[in-house]
Amino acid sequence: MSEQKGDRHLDHAPGGHKEGAARFSTYAAGLGLALLLTVASFALVGSGAVWAPAIPILLAVLAVAQMGVHLVFFLHITSGPENTNNTLALAFGVMIVVLTVGGTLWIMAHLDHNMMPMAAMAKP
Amino acid sequence: MSGEIADPRHEDRSGGKGDPPGHGEGGPAPKQVTVAFGFWIFLLSDIIMFSGLFASYAVLAPNTAGGPAGSELFELRLVFVETLCLLFSSFTCGVMSIMAVKQRAGATYLWAGLTALLGLSFLAIELYELTHLVLEGAGPTRSAFLSALFTLVGAHGLHVAAGLAWLTVMMGQVATLGFTDAVQRRLLCFGLYWHALDIIWVALFTVVYLYGVMG
Amino acid sequence: MTLLGRLSWDAIPLHEPIVMVTAGVLFVVLLGTGATVLLKGWLPYLWREWITSVDHKRIGVMYCLLALVMLIRGFADALMMRSHQAMAVGAGKGFLPPDHYDQIFSAHGTIMIFFVAMPFMIGLMNFAVPLQLGVRDVAFPTLNSVSFWLTATGVLLINTSLVVGEFARTGWLVYPPLSERAFSPGVGVDYYLWALQISGAGTLLGGINLVTTILKMRAPGMRYTRMPIFCWTALASNLLIVAAFPILTATLAMLTLDRYLGFHFFTNEAGGNQMLFVNLIWAWGHPEVYILVLPAFGVFSEVIATFSGKPLFGYRSMVLATLAICILSFMVWLHHFFTMGAGADVNGVFGVMTMIIAVPTGVKVFNWLFTMYGGRLRFEVPMLWAVAFIPTFVVGGMTGVLLAVPPADFVLHNSVFLVAHFHNVIIGGVLFAAFAGYTYWFPKAFGFRLHDGWGRAAVVLWVSGFYLAFMPLYALGLMGMTRRLQHYDNPAWQPWLIAAWLGALLILGGIASLAMQLYVSVRERRSLADESGDPWDGRTLEWATRSPPPPWNFARLPQVEGRDALALMKRGEAEATPDPLEPIEMPRNSAYGFVGAFFTYITGFALVWQIWWLVVLGLLAGFATTLWIAWYQPGEREIGVEELRALEPAA
Repeated sequence: MSEQKGDRHLDHAPGGHKEGAARFSTYAAGLGLALLLTVASFALVGSGAVWAPAIPILLAVLAVAQMGVHLVFFLHITSGPENTNNTLALAFGVMIVVLTVGGTLWIMAHLDHNMMPMAAMAKP
Repeated sequence: MSGEIADPRHEDRSGGKGDPPGHGEGGPAPKQVTVAFGFWIFLLSDIIMFSGLFASYAVLAPNTAGGPAGSELFELRLVFVETLCLLFSSFTCGVMSIMAVKQRAGATYLWAGLTALLGLSFLAIELYELTHLVLEGAGPTRSAFLSALFTLVGAHGLHVAAGLAWLTVMMGQVATLGFTDAVQRRLLCFGLYWHALDIIWVALFTVVYLYGVMG
Repeated sequence: MTLLGRLSWDAIPLHEPIVMVTAGVLFVVLLGTGATVLLKGWLPYLWREWITSVDHKRIGVMYCLLALVMLIRGFADALMMRSHQAMAVGAGKGFLPPDHYDQIFSAHGTIMIFFVAMPFMIGLMNFAVPLQLGVRDVAFPTLNSVSFWLTATGVLLINTSLVVGEFARTGWLVYPPLSERAFSPGVGVDYYLWALQISGAGTLLGGINLVTTILKMRAPGMRYTRMPIFCWTALASNLLIVAAFPILTATLAMLTLDRYLGFHFFTNEAGGNQMLFVNLIWAWGHPEVYILVLPAFGVFSEVIATFSGKPLFGYRSMVLATLAICILSFMVWLHHFFTMGAGADVNGVFGVMTMIIAVPTGVKVFNWLFTMYGGRLRFEVPMLWAVAFIPTFVVGGMTGVLLAVPPADFVLHNSVFLVAHFHNVIIGGVLFAAFAGYTYWFPKAFGFRLHDGWGRAAVVLWVSGFYLAFMPLYALGLMGMTRRLQHYDNPAWQPWLIAAWLGALLILGGIASLAMQLYVSVRERRSLADESGDPWDGRTLEWATRSPPPPWNFARLPQVEGRDALALMKRGEAEATPDPLEPIEMPRNSAYGFVGAFFTYITGFALVWQIWWLVVLGLLAGFATTLWIAWYQPGEREIGVEELRALEPAA
């Protein structure tokens, strides 16, 4: 990073600290937020305070939020121009994950639906 | 002719044109950026590998073949403690990388030690949980669900174990080589790796354990 | 014999004369080569300049050489299958027992995809991309050497299976439950699994390396919109490697757990689901097709632009089409198993997505045609491959669109129509591109051209052989012949299969021509020498340096002023680089790749035969090697300005 000249932004290394940006407080804030979200997730399952069919969706939202917190506060991924390549790569990865998992679930559910269930086949 | 080659990474011909290195006008990016970016790509590929395991788990989770289901097996309190271990270790790992950038060896060891301790506790609990399952007759060969469970949790656990070995090696490097550029780059990559494992764990405890106990 | 796991003398197939003769010939060739190298004292040279080299050009050349050698192995399998099928009708039994025939078609597919097409394309990208980007090497040179040697380890392991043990009899994608331990108790599938895991790790690391190189390491002024199209296709292809190979790793790992530890991912019992394997393997498998064909498109784009003497038509549309294919290729994998039982909506969506991919591909074809239109065409050998490619690939693509229609696929699935289709695109697309790129960049790599006459003979024999070998298969597919038949009873098929066999013989002539071409070219290298460094009047930066390029490629990094950077410089629209020379830092050679791969091979072999102490030993040795390199990796060597001036008088 010592090559940085003037006010031009160098490409930012993922996870790298910008000069002076490596702060204890960033990690502490991340820890606090992540703790909050984790506790919320676990409490949601145990409590029964929420309408049951909503729980899976809420859990997914909380998990995605927590991953976002980790990315921003621990991995320092931002939307700044020095981070364009890192963010684009991440977006590509997320797209592939969504396609693979989503596609697999859709296809396999369909196959299950059209096939005789294994349990039914096993019966005499 | 010599068989050796030029290292393009130390080029700094960014003068004059306006764009920084790596963006076009400026020429090749500095080594710290290429190394971290390359490792970032590797982590994305690792996450895609996990997505394959997650997809398999999601497909096979109902296939208990008459064996126990997740709701009968999972102990959420233990998982909560595991999660806390990993989360705090992410924090201590972050503080360690601050100390490493400041080149404070003593503090780096301290925070790395804390990270390792939390990681070890995580692994110990996981190992306890998995052996417990095997002893209960719910080992990975019992059903497709349990095969997928052991593989997914085990793959994450293996990553954590590898991370601990890596951390140990890095502390040895700090002790013997000092905070050289190469060691700093490797510590940066280790930080990325450790934080990424925590992200995977977030998906894991949600999909496997929290969804699992709901049945 | 527990000390040696499952390994015993029975593993050597002494009762199979074909295998033993092949193995004998192989041993003689290997021994002869080894003895020559030792006696002539070439070993230090090989070790210093090639085996431990981390130069992207050397590694690229080694990848291509590996691919050419394995092409002979894969083609030998093909020729045996064609000859066998030409005879095995009715009372005729052919000469291959079913057990051996099954191994041959499995090995043929595995070798041709993983150890011919992949290393050839990776080799060309490795060689040309850093030169085209105007930089001195890839982002991680030592890692590059590791990638190559891991691929070579996979090759060695799969060839070991020829002599020690057996290969899989399951087809090239080892579908369970046939590939499970219960139905394939031998080591064949294990060889497949470990060879692919090891070479796959190498491929993944290579993909990471090239993505980083293209995104982070370009000559000053080389914006994205100025990158040669081959770099764009290399970027897309390597992004696909990074995204798809982890899925293969996960899938094969699950099958490995099934086989070794009795897990139930894909078994018949305990809730396993074989269809999950088929789904996951194709989630890798379809992007794999584009990993191969995108760089092939890149090669043809460079070749056609150069030999038409004008810039590529529709550069931006070409880039967009490449990126569109890159993303769409992840949305079509179900078309490989339309018949597995998904409903009309799933099949419909994936069928339509498949047809949509034909659109950006069609854009590319028109771009090539319009590049040639009005150009000053020179029909050198690379251009001949390109001209042969366009109609061949269009036919292959059209039959692909036909197969993308689910009802048609229900009829044609697993018929030899399908076999004809994918050979049509992989030979006509990927292999022709490999030969075009090989002929195109050979003078850059070695400083002399390949012999023209033998090159033309190879084009003619390959193209005519291809059509004679595979057009009959389309007809046979429509007549109802399924793939992988060791024996058939319908005499009406035999004439077509004899025609296909004759086609395979023509291809044999094509391969012989390629071998002759290399031999003659090396012998006549003085008269074929190219002093200019730019034998084809090229347009991109690889032709701006001398041939063969110095280890650092460019004494000064070129200043890029626009697209087709060299063509601009030749027209005087770009200023020659006036900067003073600067010292260059170069990484030193590293034995890490070779030594690490050696231990990986030992580990892989031990895993196949379940020799557990050797597995542990191999892993420990590999780990120790890594530790050693982590502490004692030699730093960079600086070449000062004086030294550089002495080595580069022209600079």
